[in-house]
Amino acid sequence: MSESIATKIDTSLLNKSDTSVESEICLDVKKLNLFYGEAQALKDISFKMKKNKVTAFIGPSGCGKSTLLRCFNRMNDLVDSVRVEGEINLDNKNIYSPNVDVTSLRQRVGMVFQKPNPFPMSIFENVAYGLRLQGIKKRRVLEEKVEWALKGAALWDEVKDRLDQSALGMSGGQQQRLVIARAIAIEPEIILLDEPASALDPISTLKIEELIYELKSKYTILIVTHNMQQAARVSDETAFMYMGEMIEFGNTNKIFTNPEKKQTEDYITGRYG
Amino acid sequence: MKNWFHSGTPWIWLNAGAIALALVAVFGLLFLILVRGMSHFWPANVESFHYQNAENSLTVIAEIIESETVPAESVQGYDIKVGNLTRYLVKTGNRDLLGSDFRWLYDIDLIKREQTQNIMVIERIEWGNFYGYLNSVYENGNKVSNNENAWLEFNNRLERTIEIRESILALEQGEIGAINYQLERLRLKEKRLIIDNKLTDSALNSINEKRQSLKAEYEVLLKQTQALYKAINRDSIRATVMDGTEVTIPLEKIVKAWQPNKFNTLDKLGFYIESLWAFISEDPREANTEGGIFPAIFGTVLMVILMAILVTPFGVIAAIYLREYAKQGLIIRLIRIAVNNLAGVPSIVYGVFGLGFFVYFLGGHIDDLFFPESQPAPTFGTPGLLWSSLTLALLTLPVVIVATEEGLSRIPISLREGSLGLGATKVETLWRVVLPMASPAIMTGLILAVARAAGEVAPLMLVGVVKLAPSLPLDGNFPFLHLDRKFMHLGFHIYDVGFQSPNVEAARPLVYATSFLLVVVIVGLNLTAINLRNKLREKYRALDN
Repeated sequence: MSESIATKIDTSLLNKSDTSVESEICLDVKKLNLFYGEAQALKDISFKMKKNKVTAFIGPSGCGKSTLLRCFNRMNDLVDSVRVEGEINLDNKNIYSPNVDVTSLRQRVGMVFQKPNPFPMSIFENVAYGLRLQGIKKRRVLEEKVEWALKGAALWDEVKDRLDQSALGMSGGQQQRLVIARAIAIEPEIILLDEPASALDPISTLKIEELIYELKSKYTILIVTHNMQQAARVSDETAFMYMGEMIEFGNTNKIFTNPEKKQTEDYITGRYG
Repeated sequence: MKNWFHSGTPWIWLNAGAIALALVAVFGLLFLILVRGMSHFWPANVESFHYQNAENSLTVIAEIIESETVPAESVQGYDIKVGNLTRYLVKTGNRDLLGSDFRWLYDIDLIKREQTQNIMVIERIEWGNFYGYLNSVYENGNKVSNNENAWLEFNNRLERTIEIRESILALEQGEIGAINYQLERLRLKEKRLIIDNKLTDSALNSINEKRQSLKAEYEVLLKQTQALYKAINRDSIRATVMDGTEVTIPLEKIVKAWQPNKFNTLDKLGFYIESLWAFISEDPREANTEGGIFPAIFGTVLMVILMAILVTPFGVIAAIYLREYAKQGLIIRLIRIAVNNLAGVPSIVYGVFGLGFFVYFLGGHIDDLFFPESQPAPTFGTPGLLWSSLTLALLTLPVVIVATEEGLSRIPISLREGSLGLGATKVETLWRVVLPMASPAIMTGLILAVARAAGEVAPLMLVGVVKLAPSLPLDGNFPFLHLDRKFMHLGFHIYDVGFQSPNVEAARPLVYATSFLLVVVIVGLNLTAINLRNKLREKYRALDN
């Protein structure tokens, strides 16, 4: 990423110190509609998300929660037929405005996918990948940041002696934490987690959940999950989605104990979904 | 029976049978060319056949190549028409004396066959093998040795002769060749300056100075070679041929000499390995029917490597566009069909295209633009190594494109998203993640391309292969790799030796031997590529397996 392009395009997006402390609101979604060709996948979604909180998205399969998540780093751009209307404001800048540089947006909004997807490289190179993309070449700087990121992902102690070994030799849980380390290495503000534990065993799941709890202090976290206990355990706020609509959004405790909408209650109590 | 049919057993048998048949065909072919080709270098015993009837007697000294039984009535000029006769195809050598190397012998009037110990075989630079008995050794026309000691003396002197011959060759091809090359470059430089109207007196002087110094060097070397030529002509031998006449053979004309009937098995094995090595490492002689095939092996390998270097980037870039960037639609489907059809175009058509477009059009224009000084002699406007490699690169392009596309389409979307999610652009994702992971597939394409290109002959006959190339396309003279030179190729060598040779019988085993070597070269190139691919596969093995 050359600097000249970055400066030409919306410098405030790159400048992190710019985020004013008084604005607690980090993401502001306004009237978001998303179409796959003719089919509408997201309908009029509006909500506001607070900084340094964990927000969980729950809902039955196909309700659009992953699609919504992928709107925040414009991953949906990769699909040809997708059309997005409405606004998502990140620090009061619409990320869908035409002059936004998508790559620098994605550096601010990291993402972890459902299945662990480490690159076929060494553990070190996996974590250093995003840093190298930013043009960091000095070995010492890379080493420092990789160590910092691996510690942040609670993986350092397990892999510090085999950083140069292939990441594909790790267990699924380790791979998923490696992917999280890879995401936090470039110091994003927001981390999107798309069912990060669905492919993992219970112990690895627990570790990921603990990690999410720790990461909360530094990052704003959005997590999509099928597992309602998980949503209740890790999140501060919960959004319930159904058929592309956001039915209810609010404090996790409130949603799980005293939901306003009947649909939410039915889903949480297991009457459908 | 019906149950047996439904159980699927016959289907399994059918499949296994097809595989077995394929294996038999492949190994049968390899075995045939191996046996036919490689047995040629084994030093067979030499026999003398004595014939006697009422009027005549005849002795034939020869190696038996093959024998067969024929009905007597098929033999012309022979009265008895019942029963069978054995006939032998024998190699008598001495083409200069007898007119041909080979003849058929029948066991009519054959009174004695014997393997005399001191029959000698000489491989000569010209006229093929000599068979006979050594009589005496001469130095400058004076007899120095006779009968019993002659063989030892002869061998010692032959060693000296071979050494001198090698130093002459090294001088002529090495240093004198380099001087000639430089002189030619000077001539071209001068001509270039004349064409550009820049020939000043000082430039002319410096050119002439250089030319003088080169000529002086040349004179020195010439004296050296003349001395060596004098030395090499010193010795000669006299030997008796099968009909009793005595001939003189200068040692300078002899490649090697041996007495096969004195060999034990170990000697024969040593001789065999030596001959095989000579076949692989030496230049051809006598219209390619004698000597080795090294230039052909070298040309084949070099051409295939150049082809691989040319076709890989071209094919990979095209495949990336088709798979990653182009909008998948009717046009791309048509392009893909066209690419696949290119693979089915007969190779000679590529040869014609290469000749018309690369050689005459591209090469001609390159000559006009960059080499006006050597006109009217063409530099690139004539068939050569570069154009051959390019033509074959074009021929194998579809294979590489298809294999690469296949590989690209197998890279899981999750990895691409992982890279894009970290802020990589599409190009960065391609270079850092997708292409390395697709490299085993690219190698597969390259393996197929190499297999096809190494065996291709027809187009090469139009764009650069020759029967006999005076020099290798890679040597010590700047710029070392001479892409404009013509080269020799194993495939064409087989065709040339087998079908264009004046001496069919002598050429036949060489055809098999060369075929076998061509297969070995292709297998070798493929194994190298497969090895590389397996290493890449191990490194970039997909996530799920």
